[in-house]
Amino acid sequence: MEPVAADLTGAGPTSRASHLLLVLPATLFVLVVFALPVAWLLSRSVSDPAWGLDNFRTVLREPVYLGLMRNTVQISVATTVLCVLLGYPVAHVMATCPRLTRLLTFVVLVPFWSSVLVRTFAWMVLLQNNGLINRALLGSGLVRQPIEMIFNRTGVLIGMVQVLLPFVIFPLYGSIRAIDPALMPAAACMGATPARAFLRVQLPLTIPGLTTGATLVFVLSLGYFVTPALLGGRRDVVIARMIQMEIGQFGDWGVAAALSLVLLVATLSLLGFSRLLVRRGRPT
Amino acid sequence: MNAGRLWRWLAYTVCGLVAIYLIAPMLIVVIISFSSSALLTFPPPGFSWRWYQNLVTTPAWRESFTVSLEVMTLTALLATTLGTMAAVGLAGRRTRWLAGLRTLLMAPLVVPQIVSAAGIFLLLDACGWVGTIRALVTAHTVLAIPYVVATVGAALETTDPGLVPAALTLGATPSVAFRRITLPLIRPGILSGLLFAAVLSFDELIVSLFLSTPRTRTVTVQMWSNVFGDIDPAITAIASLILLVSMLLLGAYSLIGRRRGAGSVVMPL
Amino acid sequence: MTDAPVLTLRGIGKDYGRTVAVDAVDLELRRGEFVSFLGPSGSGKTTTLMMIAGLQTPSRGEMLLQGRDLGPVPPYRRNIGVVFQNYALFPHLSVAANVAFPLQMRRVGRTEMARRVGETLALVGLPDHGARLPAQLSGGQQQRVALARALVYQPPLLLMDEPLGALDKKLREQLQLEISRLHRELGITVLYVTHDQEEALVMSDRIAVFNDGRIEQIGRPQELYEHPASRFVAGFVGESSFIVGRVTSAAANRVAIETAHGMLCGHPATSLAPGDAAVLAVRPERVGISEEAAGGDRNVVHARLVEVIYLGQSRKFMAALPNGEIITGLLPIALAADDLAPGQTVDLTWRASECTILPDH
Repeated sequence: MEPVAADLTGAGPTSRASHLLLVLPATLFVLVVFALPVAWLLSRSVSDPAWGLDNFRTVLREPVYLGLMRNTVQISVATTVLCVLLGYPVAHVMATCPRLTRLLTFVVLVPFWSSVLVRTFAWMVLLQNNGLINRALLGSGLVRQPIEMIFNRTGVLIGMVQVLLPFVIFPLYGSIRAIDPALMPAAACMGATPARAFLRVQLPLTIPGLTTGATLVFVLSLGYFVTPALLGGRRDVVIARMIQMEIGQFGDWGVAAALSLVLLVATLSLLGFSRLLVRRGRPT
Repeated sequence: MNAGRLWRWLAYTVCGLVAIYLIAPMLIVVIISFSSSALLTFPPPGFSWRWYQNLVTTPAWRESFTVSLEVMTLTALLATTLGTMAAVGLAGRRTRWLAGLRTLLMAPLVVPQIVSAAGIFLLLDACGWVGTIRALVTAHTVLAIPYVVATVGAALETTDPGLVPAALTLGATPSVAFRRITLPLIRPGILSGLLFAAVLSFDELIVSLFLSTPRTRTVTVQMWSNVFGDIDPAITAIASLILLVSMLLLGAYSLIGRRRGAGSVVMPL
Repeated sequence: MTDAPVLTLRGIGKDYGRTVAVDAVDLELRRGEFVSFLGPSGSGKTTTLMMIAGLQTPSRGEMLLQGRDLGPVPPYRRNIGVVFQNYALFPHLSVAANVAFPLQMRRVGRTEMARRVGETLALVGLPDHGARLPAQLSGGQQQRVALARALVYQPPLLLMDEPLGALDKKLREQLQLEISRLHRELGITVLYVTHDQEEALVMSDRIAVFNDGRIEQIGRPQELYEHPASRFVAGFVGESSFIVGRVTSAAANRVAIETAHGMLCGHPATSLAPGDAAVLAVRPERVGISEEAAGGDRNVVHARLVEVIYLGQSRKFMAALPNGEIITGLLPIALAADDLAPGQTVDLTWRASECTILPDH
């Protein structure tokens, strides 16, 4: 219909100014405390200690940095795959079994709201060589030597997947919920076995949620360092941890800035790409 | 039919195991924190408050906990005020300018935390603020603003845009219409934003690592510096306390969610 | 009817950037009148209503409410009642609090307020629903609450923007009668926006037909129906069939036009001169089928039936003229022969005094 509520939110010539006035404080705050400093940081990748691309040469050529980028990508890929595999059934049950929705939402919200450090710490307690799990295994006589579950890739993945699972479960839950509940019975009526109905009907319809969730997990794992730092070994140093150490311990702002730029570009392009995929995949 | 049942049981089983995987570690830590033993044995041999008493008598823990609570309170108030104003200003109109401002306000969600943290540290270090409460509050606020803008924005979007005009025709001035109509309707969104900001600040570690000094540090930073090396059951007590604060905030949040259909989860992105 | 008009619009218009939503609207509304704005969506009727309410700022023109210039008055000082299309009830306030809201804004005392809220809710037939929340009411009840809220402060003018648009047909007809009753009993002045011509015909003292941001014609329902001033009005209010032609002779109340089907005569809507392009508009119920050629006052055209539809009380038919123009007719069942069938050729006939000749652009 005609544009009824167009120019009436404030009704009057002052409204545009008052809108801007309301947005201004937060905008200035974010600009001064966040946007400009981050830009300043990134600019140091070409200016610190001297002008030029030396920092990028270092970061993109030296085996140390290439190695930690490989670590980061490997960990992120593995985490994403595991999160999707474990998260899908949970989201499915959450969306299709109304009696369990509340309970499961709670189960997923609790870790979502609690500190990453605390959750990672809990795994340290459980997974150490003299931690609970190994003690139980040794005590029961199942193993003779403690299983190494910490300070290696296994530990990192156990922790990361637990930390990031909610980020794939919530978007998936949303997209499964959005499916017309008549579709799966309809597929069954047309002779599809449950497995085929799932593969041909539900899975394609949840691709946008899956893409969103998987991208989120991937992007967040790229930038995480708490869990790898605590549960990983010497060979599990990731980009984010390196940035923190470059600044905190070595004071090498140039390299830290170059690594930051690499991380930021990777993150933003992945997010943009995923958004494009989701938008294109959405039926109009 | 049999295959379908098999699949369903498989899904339920995975679901149950994942639930245990998500919750059990934290639960075990809480239980151990009441252990009478200095070893991390499970189940604990006996009950005691000794690790909590230990915390109270250690100044470093006590002080860092106070710092965290103070920073959390100030951050929540500041971020909610700024974020709510911005969300109200952004609502209703769709101009390119405002869309740009919104993108800027949401940017801290998208940029990797370590990059934000390094940038913020660069600025606050130059100001000589490192090791102060105001530095922590400033940093946490900038990270929390997007959450408030998102929750309040969502609440504004679900309110009927015709209500304020209706109130105007009935004799309410714009400010009265805002107070009597808009504000009560978006209150759950504002409260959700407040709680999001609070939990974000309380659990925050990365920026805080940069901005803390041995004298002024948040409880997460204090915990971080104690988890390398041998784990002492005292840390299980502080972990449980941090968890308790988060759960209290979550409880308040789900109360809001239940009262009005609002209270969705805000995600980065 | 001797007192000053309640509302006067002079050349009111509204532009959105380069698009003209309302071109120039002139209107005088007398006390106690019920006037409808009728038109297709996008014709500017709602925008005009919103300008009167003060929710849109006019780009030009002047508005007077009881002689007072509305231009500088913000919506909250206009004291005009508005009922919105989707009711716009405040979801967090009870029904009574919704109705009390405008009284609170006017700082009415507590006992007076309670009395008036009670009276008004009783007036709209919801005396016992004050404690409920809007969401607990049906659509029709919500509509009544919206009406009560706009009436409780006795505004000199009540604006209604397609208030029945969201309701089903039966409820809509019931509420039409009820709004008419309230209008009569309270003697209020009403401006009513609708795109439903039947609704406008049932309720209005006068109807203003909107097209392309202008009032195309304003008049009593019967006047509009029987003497449409333009092809648009003839087609939008009720149903009409059209035959194009050129004026050959023009008198005060009889115009002859030359068409592809011979010379046809009718009542002129406006003054026409020989040579003008014109169009003849005839209502379906005026068209008859005749075997013998009638002379004198009657127009006759030769046509082929393409469709015959049984409607119970009547039979509707469509007949094509040789050049493809379609004439629609409606015969009472008693007069319609049972053997009417598509493909038959028939002579269609109607009185010259019962059709209108309109200028054709």
